[in-house]
Amino acid sequence: MSQDAFTPSTEALSLRDRPEPVSALSAVSTLAWRAMLKIKHVPFQLVDVTITPIMFTLLFTYMFGGALAGSPDAYIQFLLPGILVQTILFITVYTGVGINTDIQKGLFDRFRSLPMWQPAPVLGALAGDLFRYSVASLLIIVLGLILGFRPAAGLTGVALAFLLVLLFAFAISWFWIIFGMLVKTPESVMTASFVLLMPLTFASNIFVELGTMPAWLQAVVRHNPVTRLTNASRGLMHGTPVAADVLWVLVATAAIIGISAPVAMRMYHRER
Amino acid sequence: MTTAIETVGLVKTFGPTRALNGLSLTVRGGSVYGLLGPNGAGKTTAVRVLSTLLKPSAGSATVLGLDVARDAAAVRRKVSLTGQYASVDEDLTGHENLVLVSRLLGMSWVDARRRASELLAAFGLSEAASRQVRTFSGGMRRRIDIAASLVTRPDILFLDEPTTGLDPRSRNQVWDLVRQIADTGTTVLLTTQYLEEADRLAERMAVIDHGRVIAEGTSRELKASIGGNTLRLQLANDAQRAEARALVARLLGGDVLTDSDPDTIAVKVSDAAAAAHVLGTLWEAKVPLSNFSLGSPSLDDVFFALTGKPPEPDGVAGAEEAAS
Repeated sequence: MSQDAFTPSTEALSLRDRPEPVSALSAVSTLAWRAMLKIKHVPFQLVDVTITPIMFTLLFTYMFGGALAGSPDAYIQFLLPGILVQTILFITVYTGVGINTDIQKGLFDRFRSLPMWQPAPVLGALAGDLFRYSVASLLIIVLGLILGFRPAAGLTGVALAFLLVLLFAFAISWFWIIFGMLVKTPESVMTASFVLLMPLTFASNIFVELGTMPAWLQAVVRHNPVTRLTNASRGLMHGTPVAADVLWVLVATAAIIGISAPVAMRMYHRER
Repeated sequence: MTTAIETVGLVKTFGPTRALNGLSLTVRGGSVYGLLGPNGAGKTTAVRVLSTLLKPSAGSATVLGLDVARDAAAVRRKVSLTGQYASVDEDLTGHENLVLVSRLLGMSWVDARRRASELLAAFGLSEAASRQVRTFSGGMRRRIDIAASLVTRPDILFLDEPTTGLDPRSRNQVWDLVRQIADTGTTVLLTTQYLEEADRLAERMAVIDHGRVIAEGTSRELKASIGGNTLRLQLANDAQRAEARALVARLLGGDVLTDSDPDTIAVKVSDAAAAAHVLGTLWEAKVPLSNFSLGSPSLDDVFFALTGKPPEPDGVAGAEEAAS
């Protein structure tokens, strides 16, 4: 009862000193702060996306490791750089889910009616996503180290691989932003992610060597961007960098951002 | 007084649907103005155009002299919008939501936190400050949403159906709040499908239907436009019924209405003086009354008279929803 009794004072309602409009940088950092708070308040999203890769890592290492690579210890050297790729790619979908939820809840209406740099809500959300990718990556790498993963290129190699995967995930996030703005419900985004990401990550060389597959499948898998990224990640972590793959990933990243970022921003400004 | 909002022949189309079809409005600064109409009439579309979320297809709309299409950024600095759905982040706490908006309006972290606490206190939400908004009741959500629109005092506040879905007590709280906001000098444009709401809050109102204004004026003017007041008489002694009817008919020229209540005599009178005259005449003729009432026509009556159909209380999903 007491909570509902209120009489706002006229002073409280009439703050007249309108501050100068927020700078673009402050707007983005404030909205990134909001994304962090969401992770803090709803940690389930983070748990949800890391449980599966942790399970996969344990399952594949100990159940199939012996069969696939002779021993679990040998297999995790092969698996971990790939599992990192899969983990992060799966999390990218939450960018789309988040954007879609914000639109459906009317939050973007408020943002769009505020006098601020208009791309800020999208960039702020992306900053939060990058944080989420980083936390998940760290978890997977630490788990790998516990299970016996020993990257030949040491910390530097792991860091470089992590940065490359992060960059590629950032590009894919833009794709999900577009998708999140296209569909009606967050559930549709999740469904689409399953349909798209499952084949992409499994028809790759994350779990098994390319050479073990039938020729026709090799042709497909070889051109899967996930394979390229996994090759690059493996090469960097184990000190056998494959320059062609790293370059390919960088070019693909630039191309995806170059196309989807302008499209996404145009759609953001579009009327709803 | 200055003009706060002016639209001339405003048109907004969504594909084949004309959500606004030549809407012309003039809203005086410093007033509460009601935009009244059934679902799908174009109320939400009008508010979204005026708050720069939609661009007009044709016609013009100016807010405080600024064109909403050409000077959108300048308009955004002067207006606040509280949409139909609570546009706050449900995952964040009440305090965090208000800090977020304060920051995005350009305040420092320190000022933003202070302003958030101040607003929570002012809106009776201090105890819920550290709770996630998803745990809030409907009335509390509405209040935090309105609070977010008042972080800095806007020159114009758009409230899109501020009380839809609220229980009567929360509705009364929002009504008090709207009056207080208006007292600070902010012009309030509110849309509603509740005729009572417009009647209570708005000094002037426009009744809109199919994207255009079908009537405009004060509540009193709108009511007067469909005829005078209704005087209802209840006789102390039912045996005098015929006598009383004859007397009233002679006095007012035969305008005795049939009423849903057979015990009462209902009659149209032009004003309170005419009603007093009827009462006096009955008194002198020794026809005692047990009760009487003088009622003005409700806005439901107005809407019915203007459109030939009753307003839809929980409306059919109209073109507005389908299109936006």
